[in-house]
Amino acid sequence: MADLSSTFVGIKSPNPFWLASAPPTDKEYNVRRAFEAGWGGVVWKTLGSEGPPIVNVNGPRYGAIWGADRRLLGLNNIELITDRPLEVNLREIKQVKRDWPDRAMVISLMVPCDEESWKDILARIEDTEADGVELNFGCPHGMAERGMGSAVGQVPEYIEMVTRWVKQYSRMPCIVKLTPNVTSILPPATAAHRGGADAVSLINTVKSITNVDLDNFSPFPMIDGKGSHGGYCGPAVKPIALNMVAEIARNPETRGLPISGIGGVTTWRDAAEFMALGAGNVQVCTAAMTYGFKIVQEMISGLSQYLDEKEMGLDDLIGRAVPNFVEWQDLNLNYVTKARIDPDACIKCGRCFAACEDTSHQAIAMKPGRVFEVIDAECVACNLCVNVCPVENCITMVELPQGAVDPRTGRPVTDYANWTTHPNNPATRAAE
Amino acid sequence: MTNTPLTPGVVPQRLPAPAYAANFGDKEPPLTVHEARVAADRCYFCHDAPCITACPTSIDIPLFIRQIATGTPEAAARTIWDQNILGGMCARVCPTETLCEEACVREAAEGKPVEIGRLQRHATDTLMAQGVHPFTRAAPTGKRVAVVGAGPAGLAAAHRLALHGHDVVLFDARPKAGGLNEYGIATYKAPGDFAQAEIDWLLQIGGISVETGRALGPDLSLDTLRRDFDAVFLGIGLAGVNALAAPGEDKGGVRDAVDFIADLRQAADKSALPVGRDVVVIGGGMTAVDAAVQSKLLGAETVTIVYRRGQDKMSASGYEQDHAAQRGVRIVTNAAPVQVLGNGSVTGVEFAYTQEGPDGLALSAETFTLRADQVFKAIGQTLDGTPQGLALLGRKIAVTGPGRTSLAGVWAGGDCAAGGEDLTVTAVAEGRDAAEDIHATLTAGAA
Repeated sequence: MADLSSTFVGIKSPNPFWLASAPPTDKEYNVRRAFEAGWGGVVWKTLGSEGPPIVNVNGPRYGAIWGADRRLLGLNNIELITDRPLEVNLREIKQVKRDWPDRAMVISLMVPCDEESWKDILARIEDTEADGVELNFGCPHGMAERGMGSAVGQVPEYIEMVTRWVKQYSRMPCIVKLTPNVTSILPPATAAHRGGADAVSLINTVKSITNVDLDNFSPFPMIDGKGSHGGYCGPAVKPIALNMVAEIARNPETRGLPISGIGGVTTWRDAAEFMALGAGNVQVCTAAMTYGFKIVQEMISGLSQYLDEKEMGLDDLIGRAVPNFVEWQDLNLNYVTKARIDPDACIKCGRCFAACEDTSHQAIAMKPGRVFEVIDAECVACNLCVNVCPVENCITMVELPQGAVDPRTGRPVTDYANWTTHPNNPATRAAE
Repeated sequence: MTNTPLTPGVVPQRLPAPAYAANFGDKEPPLTVHEARVAADRCYFCHDAPCITACPTSIDIPLFIRQIATGTPEAAARTIWDQNILGGMCARVCPTETLCEEACVREAAEGKPVEIGRLQRHATDTLMAQGVHPFTRAAPTGKRVAVVGAGPAGLAAAHRLALHGHDVVLFDARPKAGGLNEYGIATYKAPGDFAQAEIDWLLQIGGISVETGRALGPDLSLDTLRRDFDAVFLGIGLAGVNALAAPGEDKGGVRDAVDFIADLRQAADKSALPVGRDVVVIGGGMTAVDAAVQSKLLGAETVTIVYRRGQDKMSASGYEQDHAAQRGVRIVTNAAPVQVLGNGSVTGVEFAYTQEGPDGLALSAETFTLRADQVFKAIGQTLDGTPQGLALLGRKIAVTGPGRTSLAGVWAGGDCAAGGEDLTVTAVAEGRDAAEDIHATLTAGAA
């Protein structure tokens, strides 16, 4: 078994799987169950300022989209930060941390955007002996209307300002949680870095309406005939999250800034992908909310097996795919592949044919007996047939060797060359 | 209860009363809404789908399954009925394992096809339960068509003709309409008087009058029909039954399997039906299986199907054979009856093993005897009472194209017509297609 013990911004945990700040980490009972199940750490659900507790709606808080057999693919919520008294949360955090000293305990915070509020809350949590703080600049619903959450995360200057206050008034490692509801993730990430953040965590949820009630004509989740946008998470947001994590990881200004990867992590494989693109650890919420805390055991065994098979340590994995995350213009335009359909694996559904014939390049022939064959002279290797084929590895992309002639273009495969030197590139011609 | 499976002779009430309801209830319960969604999700929505090709009525199966998957089983039912107005019955009785589900790509992929038959039932049951008949009759054309035989072919033809605005008189020899749907299908395949419910629903199209107890013959001659109607469709099925050609078949306790099956269907109280302790069924088709399984369900101690050729030649599907075996029916192949034993009533049947040779099937010298107090003959039905003047092909009415017979203005379809398998779904397709041809013929001048 590979050693999965992790140190993230100085915070130690037995594995890199933390529960994200969310309903599963709202109280002692849940967090104890999580630690008993094996989670490496938690980010306690966001605390607000002292005072009358937050209130939540009393109707549905969640909306969802489903795949086959009602498998949950995406979840959205309109729940606000913790609605329990601050003192209760602080007492419970302290007790749990005392009982589980080897697990990471990070406290998520969200208070009004003024220095006093932040100074005050940081003083209040000092006594819990928690390992760090996470600044919730991400929630896109409810709290954002009050000038907090993503309302802060969308303004890089605010991020930098608040991060500086936190570093000034607290000794704890500071993780800044970013919202994806921005046109580019780089200015917020850079601002956090400038402000002295020890790490960023991302993504928080995406502004969303999961569906519309077609009888009542209201967005869902519906509260008395009305709906408000929620924050979207779960497997459906993973591609968005992976890209944002990778952008920060490769960006020269933020390179080396630790990242806690969040967004649809459901299996060990998802976690490994986030880490390969630069995340030092991952945070999970929806998968736990869907299947319960036990899933961490699969994550632990799966990641261990993978690292053993690759003969890698956890640190070898982190960021390993980042150098291969390039701009489009750096892609090799002389790399030529063709789809190949394995007739033995083919079950003759014809989806590849329908997709290619109707929506792509007419590069698949349907022959008598429902035999499907790729027409190399038409195939642009788009991969759509692979993606719609219900049989894994039935259709594969086969690389043409150097010197082979591509029947589509009539040109032989040559050495690496990209768009920057391509004759059709206006910029290339201008330079001549 | 006075009798048990061990009681000798042909007697009723071999089982405790509650057993009959369980044995003759739905063989396969309907899918719940959730089960249907799960089953529907498995469909790959194939291009030019093999299941459609395999369906004699060419139902757009991927489309109706997608309609179920998206929460509109009502639209799915309409898709089914557009092609097959008896889609409800076909969902219950089609040998899907040799048709659509055999062709399903998931059968190739994982040996577990999409449950097309059960999904079809889910869709059609849903809209029928709402009392909806989603077809509207065209303006009356003033043309009159006689449909003889209210079985699957006749019902499908009548509905399609009525839909196009023609007036239809639907004749049937039996007391009830439905043909084999009513009289020829194992009880557990269509319980709850489904056949009659489906006919009542089908007749909602209007323009069809049903006259039962009217068989082709002296009182209803084809010549008269040709004179009184603008067109005639014959869907008279196969009313004759093949004989064993073995001495002793006139003994008591020997009867045609189709009659036994019909009695079962019509009996309100299954426990009152007498059945033998030792039952032998001779034949290898669905009728043999239906008679054998239901004998077992009535409480017979031993039931044996004996078929003269090899198992691969049996027209009952592997699925049907498995079902019989699962119910405790023993299947003996490559054996043919040589004589029925007994003194007045049957006591056993002597069989000889058979061998396939260049000159056909030959009896070997080796024989065996099965004890029997009841014997069912299920060795095929034949055309019976065919009006004169109709050309035959083999032992069936010869047809060209969509059911045109050798007589002008007379069409035929279903089991009585040559070509196609003798299946409900095939009969529906033939009745429908003949109706379209009749419609085209009757309206040719008007266009």
